[in-house]
Formats: sequence, structure tokens, C-alpha cells
Amino acid sequence: MPDRAIPLTVPIAEPAISNLSVGDTVLLSGIIVTARDTAHRWLYDRFIANTIAATAEDQVVYEQLRTYLAGGVIYHCGPVVRQDGIGYHVTAAGPTTSIREEPYQADIIRLFGLRGVIGKGGMGTKTLTALTGNSAVYFHAVGGTAAVIAEHIECVLDVLKHEFGMPEAMWVLQVRDVPLFVTMDAHGSSLHATVREASRARLHSLLRDD
Amino acid sequence: MVDLIPPLIELIRLSSTSLPLDVEQALQNTLHSEHPGSPARRTMELILENAAVARRKSVPICQDTGTPIFTVQYPAGYAQKELRFAILTAVEQATASAFLRSNAVHPVTGINSGSNLGDPWFPTIHFEESGEDTLVIDLLLKGGGCENVGRQYSLPDETIFAGRDLDGVRKAALDAVFQAQGMGCAPGFLGIAIGGDRGSGYLASKQLFLEPLDAHNPDPALAALEERITLEANQLGIGPMGFGGKNTILKTHITALHRLPASYFVTVSYMCWAYRRRRMTVRGEAITYA
Ligand code: SF4
Repeated sequence: MPDRAIPLTVPIAEPAISNLSVGDTVLLSGIIVTARDTAHRWLYDRFIANTIAATAEDQVVYEQLRTYLAGGVIYHCGPVVRQDGIGYHVTAAGPTTSIREEPYQADIIRLFGLRGVIGKGGMGTKTLTALTGNSAVYFHAVGGTAAVIAEHIECVLDVLKHEFGMPEAMWVLQVRDVPLFVTMDAHGSSLHATVREASRARLHSLLRDD
Repeated sequence: MVDLIPPLIELIRLSSTSLPLDVEQALQNTLHSEHPGSPARRTMELILENAAVARRKSVPICQDTGTPIFTVQYPAGYAQKELRFAILTAVEQATASAFLRSNAVHPVTGINSGSNLGDPWFPTIHFEESGEDTLVIDLLLKGGGCENVGRQYSLPDETIFAGRDLDGVRKAALDAVFQAQGMGCAPGFLGIAIGGDRGSGYLASKQLFLEPLDAHNPDPALAALEERITLEANQLGIGPMGFGGKNTILKTHITALHRLPASYFVTVSYMCWAYRRRRMTVRGEAITYA
């Protein structure tokens, strides 16, 4: 494991992703977009499953997302945002639990050609397969470190689907040097699976003790 | 009666932006046992840096400011209705000032109220008349990630070899920590209620988070069990954020509630490292915070 953090800038080129492996620390800069449950469901219904017809306004939002997210990064986050005369200011922006997006994430990675997903808690095998097939990684932010991450947000560039409410809207953020850990890489490794299996073995022996 | 709204806003601000000192010390104590440069160690360093930044800038420690859970012990003479009004008003104003994220979502319509006010259960307010002459209001901000990994077991539970005894309680607790992995934002804290019914079990397990970390369990058997659960939970190796490491659970609190002959519940509540609890005490005109 390298002791130094690896700088990465969005849009991320493919070779930079293949060079990453589980346990690496990364400092991420560039434009990222927050998306959580409502946004994932909205994208999935209209642009993947096509169970709901996209309106003209939906289409506009989708096109904007495509420009931000080609080679880009989605962040599972519902920030606290303050608005004043000048604009929006993110005061807290830690990750939310990613596994809730497991049903949608693989398709959304393919839809935009994402290079990364930021969240916490890791994701399942469906997402891991999509990461491997599309040369992308899962970045783990430290859950709850909202104030530190907010310090690395330079500005709010845009907000899409504001009507979803503050946590669920898609906030387009310009960030610099956000500290992240690679916990699922493009080579099929998942730190979450490794830790779970090791802890399962340990649990079984503790459950047999009296 | 003093106007309680501004002091209550301060209680909320303090809870959201400043970790209690015993919690911060417990987090600090993990550093020496995690390998320098490891994801676990870097995580703990970031967590501590985050706590310092939040306090200095007076911003939320975590963006999930959770369910606000108020516990009010009031002297005779206070009207619950007025206290409730003051708390709700303070919550609304603290949300407008971004000390709290708007967190109250209607489960049917999906609409976020925008104010953190919902129904009689949101925010949660427990009232008790105290017989003292001071008004004491505790606030716990209980995040969603750690709330989601709380579990209730009905013993016996063959899947974890747990019978209706303290060893069964130990097994349930370890299983809950295993199932949680890093998703409750480890390193965390456990509140365990043995017995009760499904409702009282959860209530009592969460009230344990109002106790200071050095609180001593008066029951020696439970005190020993608390120690053993903490020790063995850390042997699972889940570590900070589930990245692998030595620090998974920093403290276990246990309480025992009378149960029905037919039931034996073990209720495990999990508190994340962003363990936000503060207390406000009103004595006449004087208001203090801890
Ligand atoms: S579990 Fe706690 S630290 Fe983690 S995101 Fe939720 S409130 Fe924040």
C-alpha cells in the first residue's frame, strides 16, 4: 500500500483507474455530482428501464448530466446547503450508505461511462461487475466527515432537480483534493468482501465459545 | 419562566457541531492501535480533524443530523405543551440556520417537510416530571446510517446458537456488529436492552446513549458482559468504516428490563462515531450546557 495519496482529476482517464487498487488513498479534484435514492430512481425509470416517459425538461437535465458525468464521478451524498444573496454554500457533505443504490448503480455506470462512485459502506457484486467491465472504481469517503469534505468543496456550480428536496437534489460541485479510499477496484477486488469474510470466520468461532 | 427558544437553539447547535469531550477522547484513544498509513488510521485522523473543523466553524459534524431525540425532565409547574412548543420552534429555527439538515420525510408522499417537523413522533420528545427544581433537557442526534444497522433478536435464535441467557445476549450483540460491518460508521457504541417488549426494548437501548462513556454498570454481571462484548466485537477486525482494523466498538452499555414469560428480546442499538449528545440544565435564570 503506497503511503502517499494519489491525486486524481475528473474527468478521469482510463489508465489512471487501472492503476488503482484496493487500499489506495486518493485526493479527488474536479466536478462531481451528488445523487442518492430519488435521483437514481429518477434516472433509472426514465433513461434505463423507460417505464416513465421523460419530459422535455427531464431530457434537458439528462443532457446536462451527460456533460458532467462522462468520465465523471457520482457522489452518494445529501448535503446541508445554505443559500444567501451570492448563491449556495455547502456546509456539510459526507457520504450516505451506498448499498441502497445497488439495484440501479451498474446501469448508471454504463449509462454515463462513470469512472467512479463515491459513497460509504461499499456495494454488491452487481456493481463490482460493472466497475470491472467499465473501468471504474468505488471510492469510500469517511462516513460522517461532512465538515472536512465541505472544506474541499470550492463551489456549487449548479443544482439539478431542486424539487427533490435538499438531500435528494443533484448538486454539481467543484471540489479539490477530497480524501477518499479505494475499496472496490476495476480488477474485481472489494475490501468490503474481504473484511466481511474474515469477520464472518471470526464470528463463527466466537459464537461457538461459551 | 425564561424564554427557552434561544437556549434550545444553542443546545441543538452545540449537539450538531461539537462532539462531547468523552466521545472525542475515546476516538483519540484509537489512534495508537491502528497502523500508521493504514486506511483505518487515516480514517481516524480524518474523523478527528472533522470534529475539530466542525467545532471551529460551527458547522454540523455530519450532514446527517439524524432524528433529534429530546428527553425532558421537568420540575412540577412546567406545562408540557409549552415545552413542546419551545422545542419544535427551536428545531425549526435551527434547521433554517443549517445546524440541522431538513430530515423529516413523509413515508407515503415522499415529501420532505423542510423544517424537521413532522408528526408527534418527529422530532422525538420524551417527557418526565422530575421532582427536582431544575429543568434538564438532553438531546441526542441519532443518524440514519447507524439507526439502520440496529437489530432486535427474539431468543432463542438457533441461527446464532443463542439461548435465553446472558451468553445468548453476547451472541446477539456480536451478530449485530458483524451484520453492521462498517455501515453504521464504525467505530461505534452499543446500547443493548435485554428483555422488555419490542417497543420498550428499542426505547431503552437508545436512552443508554445519554450515559457518559465512563458510566459504571451497577450490576456486576452486566458490567462484565459489557466488557466482554466490546472486546470480542473488536476481535471481528471490522475496524473504522469497515476498512479492517482493531477499533470497531468503543463502548457497550447494557440495561435489563422486565419481560413477559413468553418473550426474551435482545435489542441492539448502534451509535456511530458521530455520537452527538448534549445536555442543557436550567436552574432559575441560569442555563448551563454539558
Ligand atoms: S451513521 Fe452517523 S456518522 Fe455515519 S453518516 Fe450517519 S450520522 Fe453520519
